[in-house]
Amino acid sequence: MTLNVFRFDPEAGRPPRYDRFPVEAMPGMSLLEALTEIAERQDPSLAFRYSCRGAVCGSCAMSVQGRPRLACQTQLKDLRGEVLVAPLPHLPVIKDLVVEMGPFYQRFEEIMPYLIRRTPPPERELLQAPRERRLLDEVADCVWCGACYASCPTVRQGPSYLGPAALLQAYRFAADSRDEGGREGLRLVDREEGVWRCHTVFNCVEVCPKKINPARAIQALKRKALLGRFKLW
Amino acid sequence: MPYHPVLVVGGGLAGLRAALEARFQGVEAAVLSLVHPLRSHSGAAQGGVNAPLGNSEEGKDDTPERHAYETVVGSDFLADQDAVEAMTREATERIFELEHWGAPFSRTPQGKIAQRPFGGGAFPRTCYAADRTGHYLLHTLYQQALKYRVQVYIEWTALSLVVAQGQVQGVVALHLPSGEIETFSAGAVVMATGGAGRLYRKSTNALINTGHGLALAYTAGAPLKDMEFIQFHPTSLYGSNILISEAARGERGYLLNNQGERFMQRYAPRFMELAPRDIVARSVITELKEGRGFDGAYVLLDLRHLGAERILERLPGIRELAISFAGVDPIEEPIPVEPAQHYTMGGIDCNTWGESRLPGLLACGECACVSVHGANRLGGNSLLETVVFGQRAGRRAAELARAGASTSSEEPLKKALEEARTMIEGFKRSNGNEDPASIREEMRRAMWEGVGIFREKEGLEGAVARLQELGERARRLRPAHGGQFFNQDLLRCWELPGQLLVAEAIAGGALRREESRGSHFRLDFPQRDDARFLHHTLAHLTPEGPRFEPRDVAITRWPPEVRKY
Repeated sequence: MTLNVFRFDPEAGRPPRYDRFPVEAMPGMSLLEALTEIAERQDPSLAFRYSCRGAVCGSCAMSVQGRPRLACQTQLKDLRGEVLVAPLPHLPVIKDLVVEMGPFYQRFEEIMPYLIRRTPPPERELLQAPRERRLLDEVADCVWCGACYASCPTVRQGPSYLGPAALLQAYRFAADSRDEGGREGLRLVDREEGVWRCHTVFNCVEVCPKKINPARAIQALKRKALLGRFKLW
Repeated sequence: MPYHPVLVVGGGLAGLRAALEARFQGVEAAVLSLVHPLRSHSGAAQGGVNAPLGNSEEGKDDTPERHAYETVVGSDFLADQDAVEAMTREATERIFELEHWGAPFSRTPQGKIAQRPFGGGAFPRTCYAADRTGHYLLHTLYQQALKYRVQVYIEWTALSLVVAQGQVQGVVALHLPSGEIETFSAGAVVMATGGAGRLYRKSTNALINTGHGLALAYTAGAPLKDMEFIQFHPTSLYGSNILISEAARGERGYLLNNQGERFMQRYAPRFMELAPRDIVARSVITELKEGRGFDGAYVLLDLRHLGAERILERLPGIRELAISFAGVDPIEEPIPVEPAQHYTMGGIDCNTWGESRLPGLLACGECACVSVHGANRLGGNSLLETVVFGQRAGRRAAELARAGASTSSEEPLKKALEEARTMIEGFKRSNGNEDPASIREEMRRAMWEGVGIFREKEGLEGAVARLQELGERARRLRPAHGGQFFNQDLLRCWELPGQLLVAEAIAGGALRREESRGSHFRLDFPQRDDARFLHHTLAHLTPEGPRFEPRDVAITRWPPEVRKY
């Protein structure tokens, strides 16, 4: 099997290129293991992010055959022939497969991504019924890998859109029965660069390695935003 | 050069909690993290976090004393009982605090935090959030770090600790994306760099858990404690060694050998699959050695009898992992599992406030040894340790930073920066020919084979000799890649010599300890020997290698008894 890996080194003053690396696909081998093998045996200058290697940390999102995926979760046996491996789109490249995630992380900070409480905490835990807790299933699982952000055509059009991951995060708190942020939290996403920019293309749903549906969360936020406006009248 | 009264190295649960606490104490704190904090290995913790909340009918009589006692028995009486009591006493407050910050714990029908049984505990004490507890807690603490504006230096790795006049002055660190090197001056430095799982060939740990933080403290003069105690988890996914949580057994999963037999009945008839991890891991290896495994390499973890609904509700994460990484859906098929290194019980020797023996240096989380885990950690106690002792270390670091009106000169920091630059140039211009990847691989093999689940004198001596030889070879590394940006090759070269020193502390400690206790099992000394070895092992680094020294165990309430499950 051959990996065609995107290479770019800002120091070299050369345009980006693709390098071909032959890989012996062992049974059960992931793309991340193949890249590690290349960095250890063939080219130690190859740069890519990694950490958990078990699809829970979100470090190794990259574009594989044009589709954003986690390298650790991608099995070589599911790939054929010449495989194209490139950095996530829509973010500046630092080196090879490593992109500047700062603009993506910045989106989260814009939505105040934490539980807002106004009443003082009780002595024990805040109660939350299992059916209320179930609303957080899936939406609290996001690992901030950026696959959805990189697949979103609206993000491509301009950097001001909050994007599916940050909006999902906003919904995670809006859906939490314990959150008292209410309208304040909603105001952060009820704007042109927020939920109203989503054109429900559903790429985010397609690519999410955690099988989360950000588009549905965004639709739910739109509904909440509209209901909030009615209440104001 | 940036100055922070409190500088935390490591952005996982312990590090974030420490930094937050310093903020709450009114002291500015910054976090230096090798990866974005959400990529930390804390996020991979699955099963849960222990606290005697008594939220279920079966657990309503649970108390901090019961929790402490079971932790001490689990530790095979090597834990310091004052430290354990502090941890279990503060557990409830720390868990409620996480809940108030938004941690999405699973719930009982009454809406309270749900708890499940875990190995070595007589009550359902492990608070859980499905089987992604670490992920949720890590996100919760990072959310709080954003809220309280804790400054995080992302993708900065500490290269060395700067010590002058017997006091830690700060760190020299490398920014991986830009290749920039900088010194950070600090009133107090808190190490929260996690464990050293990647010293072993088979490990459930993240690839970033190289033991680098332990090496930094060790080479700076802080002794390591109880390093020979390495936890092997009985159920990692066969092949990839991805963790399959103890929650799977807590939810009453079965372990089966190739006869279809629940073999734990032979080793721990009372607790069965829920015996502590050291016992279950040894049982699995014994089954494999005696020919009752599959392909001589794995046993099965069977969850099918739990039914699809319970698996989907309580264990969705491990189902997903089994499908992605082994092609097995646990609703329909048992999961192939094998033991793998999982946790570093030992670490930087510190007291219950996180203070190491090096003034100005504190530690918390897996890189620290307080010690609350002794010879074997109970599942669910590591997440608890991160928040309890993270909070304590943050608090003490804030006090120390406030008390010590930083009058230290910048000279030692500047000198350390120059030394780091010289070393980096040395790596880039080396005329050696040794490949760091092969040395690392040989180290991992030596540790797995010689210092693994079953140990004996000859194998341990062989491992020590091998590690020393690899240390010699590591002086002659081939030139590192010379690039400026995101140069991971350079980092791997930098880390390797320190990793070998930490590995030698583990192997040497294991050789010295001629008894079996908790995770440390000597085939040639299969009994616990309280007369000779009811003590901690301290390892001091000297130019001749590690110098070992015993230290008494703090026994407050529970004299050693036979550990039986």
